[in-house]
Order: sequence, then C-alpha cells, then structure tokens
Amino acid sequence: MEIAVISGKGGTGKTTVAALLGVYAAPVVMVDADVDAANLALLLQPRIVTEEPFYGGRVARIDAAQCNLCGSCEDVCRFGAVAGGVVNPLLCEGCGACYHVCPVGAIVLEPSPDGCLYGAEGPYGPVVHAELSVGRGNSGKLVTAVRQRAREMAGRGGIAWTIIDGPPGTGCPVIAAVSRVDLALVVTEPTRAAFHDLERVVDVVNHFGVQVAVCINRYDLHPEFRAAILDYCRAAGLPVVGELPTVLEASRALVAEKPLCALMQTKLALMCAQMWRKIKGLVVEATACEPV
Amino acid sequence: MIIAVASGKGGTGKTTIATALALAAERPVLFLDCDVEEPNAFLYLKPELTVRRPVYRPVPEVDEEACTSCGRCVDACAYHALLALGKTVVVLKHMCHGCGACAIACPTGALRETSHETGYVEAGRAGAITFAHGELGIGEAMAPPVIRAVKEMYPDWEGTCIIDAPPGTACPVLEAVRGSDFCLLVSEPTPFGLHDLRRMVEVARALNLACGVIINRCDLGDDRVERYCREEGLPVLLRIPYLPEVARWGAEAISFVARLESWKTQMAALLSRVEEMLGGDRGHQR
Repeated sequence: MEIAVISGKGGTGKTTVAALLGVYAAPVVMVDADVDAANLALLLQPRIVTEEPFYGGRVARIDAAQCNLCGSCEDVCRFGAVAGGVVNPLLCEGCGACYHVCPVGAIVLEPSPDGCLYGAEGPYGPVVHAELSVGRGNSGKLVTAVRQRAREMAGRGGIAWTIIDGPPGTGCPVIAAVSRVDLALVVTEPTRAAFHDLERVVDVVNHFGVQVAVCINRYDLHPEFRAAILDYCRAAGLPVVGELPTVLEASRALVAEKPLCALMQTKLALMCAQMWRKIKGLVVEATACEPV
Repeated sequence: MIIAVASGKGGTGKTTIATALALAAERPVLFLDCDVEEPNAFLYLKPELTVRRPVYRPVPEVDEEACTSCGRCVDACAYHALLALGKTVVVLKHMCHGCGACAIACPTGALRETSHETGYVEAGRAGAITFAHGELGIGEAMAPPVIRAVKEMYPDWEGTCIIDAPPGTACPVLEAVRGSDFCLLVSEPTPFGLHDLRRMVEVARALNLACGVIINRCDLGDDRVERYCREEGLPVLLRIPYLPEVARWGAEAISFVARLESWKTQMAALLSRVEEMLGGDRGHQR
C-alpha cells in the first residue's frame, strides 16, 4: 500500500506529517519524492547504504573537430540550448532534434547525469531518497525511479506500507508521485493561498483516479478559512483525517540534534497516531471493495 | 531590472516578499507570477485581469496515408511519446515535449505538428502594478511553456520587473529565473531552509545570477543560514521575525506592507539597495 503526502502549496508541513505518520506505520518504506528539494532524510537521519548515479535522459555534445558551424542544430533546438556550436547542458532536454538534423554527424547524445539515488536504513524501515542535479529537467523520471526502488525494498523486506513525501505543485514530479498510489493525503492550511492550491491539486489527483484524504495543518490560524475548507471537503466527499494545531515547538524541533525525537515530544505525535489509524482504515476499506 | 524571488523550499514566503516589494515600490513595476502550477500572487495583489490567452505547445499528428510504419519517429522520440501499434503510430500527448525530433526523423513527411492547449496566461493591472500570471492545465506535466508565455507577455517593459518563482530547483525554476538580473532568495533558519537554499544558490550561480538572501521567521530556528551566508559571501539583505498577526494577514492574502508602514519603508529600501548593488537601473534584458 502506497500513501503519497502532497499539498499543492509548498511549506504546509508535508515532510513533518509524513515522518510522524511513518512512526505509526512502521515497518514502513519511507520515500522522499521531492527530488529537487529533498528534506525527509534531514529529519529521519537514515544511514545511507547504497548510492547510485541516476541517468534520466541524454544530453547533446558537439564535437568541435567535426562541426562546420552550419547552425542547423541551433535552428531546430526548441529549448535555446545551442549557441555558436556549443550546447548549454542546463538547457538541453536531450531530445536529439539537433542530432537528427546535423549534416556532418558532429553531435553525440550522451547519458545525462541527472542525479543520485540513495538507499538507506531509517529509524522505522528503509528510506529511499534522491537528489536531482541542479537545474536538471528529469525530476518526474527520478521520482519514478525512486518509487521503483522503494517497491523493490518493500518486496524484499515483506513491508506492507510505503509513505511517499511528495513535491509541491501540480506538474510532472507530482503526477509521478501520485500515479497509482492507494491514497493521496493532501496537507493544507486555512489560508486563501493554500485553499486555492488544495482545490487545484485535488483536481489533478482526481484526474488520475486516485483516492484523496485531507489534513488541515495549523487549523487554528484562521477559523473562517478552516470552516470553508471543511465545507469544501464535505461537498467534494473528501474525508478530513486530521486537524493539527499551530505548534511553534515543531519548527524549533527541526533544529535539534535529533529532530525526529524532538518532534515526537510535541503534541503533534499523538494526533498523527490517530490520523494514521484513519488513513489505514480508508485504504484497507477501499482495497476490500475492489473487484477481484 | 529583473528581480526573481526564489527559495528552493516551498512556503518560505516567496509570494509574500515578492508582492510586498511590488506594493512598496515607489515606481510602477511589472509583476510576473511564474508559479504556474499553483499561482497565488493574484490573491494578494487582486489585479483586474483584462487579457486571457491560451498557451499551446506543439504535438505531432500522424498522416496515416503518408506513414509507411518505418518506426523512425518512435526511435527518435526521447520521451516515449510515440508508440507503434501494429501499422499505426499513436501519439501520447502528455508525454510529448514538443521538440520536433519526430518530424525531422520522418522520411515521408507524415508527421505534422499541431497545437495542444496546455494552460493559459492572464494579465491586467492592480493600481500602479502591471500584472501577469499563468495556470498550467489540470493533468498537464510541463510548466516551462506556460512560464515562458508569462515572461513574454510584456516584452517591451523597461522598468523594474519582479518575478515570483515556483518552489524547487528543477526546470520550472530555471525557466522562471533565467534572464533575471538578481535572485532574491527567501530562506528560513532550519535545516530544510538551509538545504534548499544551498541548492538554489547553485542554480543561481550556474546561471551567473547575482543573489541576496532574506531570512524569514528568523527567530524560529538557529544561526545555520547566517553562518552559511557568511561563508559563501552572500549578503543577508533582510531578517523578518515571526509575527502572529502577519501570519493571520497572510492567511487572508493581505500583504503585511499594507498594514505596517515601517515594513513598507523597509521593503522599498530593499528594492533600492538591490538597484544600487546592480549599479543603477539597467533596464530590461531578456
């Protein structure tokens, strides 16, 4: 069973909630799918066991000795990555249009080192995380690779549950993080911006046919928006599985030497235990109803 | 002068800072919300949106009469967006990056590019602020074409332009910040804030962008971001403490500079300082 924690808007508390849910889901495979700003490992402090390079695509290189500077590569590149017979690897998407159009065969497509994938041992099971190389464009592919590795680890260890700490937004890494999960938990806040983003990301998740549940973090920030979000969830048939108060100690816990232990001392811990029971109930119920 | 507000980590206060800068500016500014996955700046600035245009990206269409099922387009596609099914080629639109490699590879000219609507841009005014933003369609994976369209809304703008960038450090962020004169990085004094700030500094440096840092909620953490900035020679331009009333106004998308005159002065001063650091108003370069 895979649970993805997402939010639409950034900074609503995805990583903190995911880590606390993991405590009660143990044994569990914890996955950081926010590969361009990965923070889960900073909280879980797992011991890294394996480290492997990730090649998500290709990158073009022009062999200066063969190039006759005809400029056809520059004309066909839609990403503005070729200038004066040189490829800017930050902008190259590895599509190969230049390779196909070059009349003298001066262009080679090489595997693109897009990041690094880590397998680690955390406090309550395996942890899989990754780091996308700066500015690279294959974040969705890296998320898929991370999830694939997590499935292997779950299979090998006979671990039933996987919790995925997802990225913000609604684009390619989010789609890769939620596709075919058993439940997407959307962490929101009672603010105008987070509410707007919640509605959009729920539409995206529904578009891919995935079950949604909602957690309202810092619910005490604004009573009217909290009520509006509860009304929206009721109307849309979305279960609200948890409401967490503003806990300034949680922000301070992050700077502790053992941040997870410090977080466990806050009142959020017990609330996440209850939230986990509800999530588990929803997933088990949905699985039981599935036609065989 | 183009100032991009970015952070790596989400929720550090990019939109709060970017909109506050625009509202505090003493001259008319252009505001571009480039977080097209979750655009929020309009909630703060409440612009009157008078222009709306769809954004298209090219996707191929197969002319079955001209297609000889040779399979070269399928081999040429780096994104697995073309699939050979028996004698026909199927286009998976959501996988397509619109690179045009398939049409180049096709020996019979059977692939024609058509336009697929991937989102839209809107523009208008909020008082002295000229405003544009975009929204990526639901289920659409690629933000960069919509971000590009937002940045192309006012190509002749000469004055100060403020860009609100998306979170992260991948291609949407690159698309949003490239071509700027200055990157204003909003961080928070936690391990998460520092980790993502470091990555964002790498992005800015790869693009040769000058940067400065704002530490938001500077009293809810420790001094690790300060130390990092000192070691890296990054100027810390502003420190903003956690104020419960600012959080409450933020919930309603009310800018703190609209309520606190002293902060309006500070934000205007920050804008002048960035202008000075860049050696006067350099105008618009894209």
